[in-house]
Amino acid sequence: MSDVSGPGEGASAGPDVAEEGDPLLRVEGLTKHFANDSGFLSWLNVERDADGVPVSVGREWVRAVEDVTFDIRRGETLGLVGESGCGKSTLARTVLRLVDPTEGDVYFEGDNLAALDGEALRRKRKDMQIIFQDPQSSLDPRMKVGPIVEEPMKAHGMLDDDGREERARELLERVGLDPQHYNRYPHAFSGGQRQRINLARALSVNPDFIVCDEPTSALDASIQAQVLNTMRRLQDEFGLTYLFISHDLSVIRHISDRVAVMYLGEIVELAGKEELYENPQHPYTKALLESIPVPDPRKSETRGVLEGDVPSPIEPPSGCRFRTRCPEFIAPEQYDLTPEEWANVRAFTRRVIRHGFEMTTRADLEAEFFTEARPGGAAGEALDRAFVLLERGEWDAAADHLRESFTEPSICAREQPAYEVDPEYGDDRHFCACHLQRDAEMTH
Amino acid sequence: MDPILEVRDLQTHFFTADGVVRAVDGVSFDVYEEEIVGIVGESGAGKSVAAKSIMRLVEDPGSIVGGEVRFKGETIVSFEEDENGERTESEEMLSNREMRERIRGREIAIIFQDPMESLNPVFTVGGQLREFIEINRDVGESRARETAVDMLREVGIPEPSERFGDYPHEFSGGMRQRVLIAMALACEPSLVIADEPTTALDVTVEGQILEQVADLQEKYGTSFIWVTHDMGVVAEICDRVNVMYLGQMAERADVDSLFHDTKHPYTDALLDSLPRPDQTVEELKPIVGVMPEAINPPPGCRFHTRCPDAREVCRRTNPEPRDVSGPDERTHRAACLKHEEVFKVDYSASAPIENETSAGFDVGRTSTDTGAVDADGGVHGSRGGADE
Repeated sequence: MSDVSGPGEGASAGPDVAEEGDPLLRVEGLTKHFANDSGFLSWLNVERDADGVPVSVGREWVRAVEDVTFDIRRGETLGLVGESGCGKSTLARTVLRLVDPTEGDVYFEGDNLAALDGEALRRKRKDMQIIFQDPQSSLDPRMKVGPIVEEPMKAHGMLDDDGREERARELLERVGLDPQHYNRYPHAFSGGQRQRINLARALSVNPDFIVCDEPTSALDASIQAQVLNTMRRLQDEFGLTYLFISHDLSVIRHISDRVAVMYLGEIVELAGKEELYENPQHPYTKALLESIPVPDPRKSETRGVLEGDVPSPIEPPSGCRFRTRCPEFIAPEQYDLTPEEWANVRAFTRRVIRHGFEMTTRADLEAEFFTEARPGGAAGEALDRAFVLLERGEWDAAADHLRESFTEPSICAREQPAYEVDPEYGDDRHFCACHLQRDAEMTH
Repeated sequence: MDPILEVRDLQTHFFTADGVVRAVDGVSFDVYEEEIVGIVGESGAGKSVAAKSIMRLVEDPGSIVGGEVRFKGETIVSFEEDENGERTESEEMLSNREMRERIRGREIAIIFQDPMESLNPVFTVGGQLREFIEINRDVGESRARETAVDMLREVGIPEPSERFGDYPHEFSGGMRQRVLIAMALACEPSLVIADEPTTALDVTVEGQILEQVADLQEKYGTSFIWVTHDMGVVAEICDRVNVMYLGQMAERADVDSLFHDTKHPYTDALLDSLPRPDQTVEELKPIVGVMPEAINPPPGCRFHTRCPDAREVCRRTNPEPRDVSGPDERTHRAACLKHEEVFKVDYSASAPIENETSAGFDVGRTSTDTGAVDADGGVHGSRGGADE
């Protein structure tokens, strides 16, 4: 740990409390759950194997966003990165209250958006805009570019007809299009140009805050660079604050001041850009960074490939949600295992849970998993029991037994992690939701 | 050593109501045994069409109109010219039936970007794989089933015998792509054409699959053509690389010299425009303008309208890729006249031309007259305002 003065001092309610400057937006404990099914009688579940009445009542919930806390300072870009299905777009829509949060608050310039309603919310929307990924479907093909750009102004009663047209033409110019394009239809533009039209439309009502949801993901590399440069320039010119969502770690590194990494509905790490890329602490962030192909053949290192798939957000793992795939899953305290022994036990447990091999003989399996290091004592006995069950062909019982012995007692399965790390680069707080940091200060 | 695949001056055109789209316009490259050859370019460069042409899978209104494709002594594409200069398909070309029975699947397999397009949603994954093996390897049903399960395990599908009976929608995107890789490799072909196979996948899944392909490639000694727009993937997996721009080959080299001794301004510009995961780049340098329509490509070098090094001579001459490597270096081809000693042109004496790279500083600015790309396919002022 570096000896940078601890940013964790004082009361802190979340991963990122502004220690300086003026947060434009503050998200606290934001949660969004969706009902997994919709429709008449969807709350009825039929259970064929149940004793007694074979029906139960209740809905399954997709826990898309879970207890997310962060803030965004005026004039900065917060990058939000994660893989598909991690909840980043849902988070963005919930922040803007395009969908209602299940729980939590969003303070924008002091007002709690979660509590606003009707006209007050509508007026507030003028200050918050969003740009979507698909430049094709986000523009009405039957409207000309000028009226598209003017529409938000109309909705918010800004200016008169002539004033709006003048402003639309000026904005087209500012985003790098020709003001003459005012009378063209969207189909006459390439993908990059359409994204510029989207920018002009978002800027028309003079917002403070723009959510950019994968705005360049559909564009070619060279065009993407043009659009990213324009977005940066506009940020300076208009004093904008961005929440920039992308799955592309290279783009996020380029555009962001601070970066939040999301996994399965939660923010697992949040830090200044240099800190996050140069001193990542969460095993998931590390795995992501190792996975990106670097455009330099001399830098192709061997990478730690993640095992398995992302679990279902309907029943996310307890404790740390990344623990089922984590290469650094922590051994339960009750066993005294060497790192090699624990690595073997972990690999074996996961393979049994995933049915990742064919059952041969116990000797073969022992040889495959435990040649170099096999734990003795209580851990060894637990393994013996698992082998007995496997030899009887009782896979599920063996998997349950291993889960009870090795997975559930771990701190990773029992407690939700939330820690502050001393940053090595810059002064921004470094939040990390991983129990490997458990000597650091808890934030929740 | 002879290449297993030779592509010479391949031309594939699309005949549309608005004119002829020259999607692939004179492309040559080779693939040797046990190597991974990349074809890289932006959308519209013609890389997918080139890949499909090798398999003769180009669909109407497109057709292969010229060039040669030879694969291990077989002629996949070849043309003869009669005295009037009319081109006809030559006799030695394999018939469609021979392509189907001898080449596709058995000798050359292809993997597409969207696995759902290649898998039938109403049949089980295992059933489709088994049938494919049964037909292409002439084995019985139970033998084919065993092979299918083995292949699924090989590409990293957990519980392969239990997932054998699952339908494609029950697999994740990465798993489906693994199934297609299993299918491609099941008949132990000499060549696999992979058309953006990891583009739709998450980065960690992409990582898993690239790793797996590298292992399998080593194990089976299969050659790959890897079509992608992602320079990172190219750097990661390819041995040699072909860079395409607007239907033609701009540069061809070993992967290391392509990145570290770049010889074509387009490749250079493309690499400069990329944000990097491994370092913070303060200012990106985009390539100015947009790629012109292949329906009306600029005269001369096709990149001259966006090229920072363009000179007058670039408007007149369309260079083919030539070896510009120094003595004792491996072949490094570039289609750029600035290598004047190789192309025997007077590049340095030629005047630099005015194009978008010299037209002011807001590179984001895309002006009207240089051809907003119409989705409706209309013909617009090509960016070669310089047409003579």
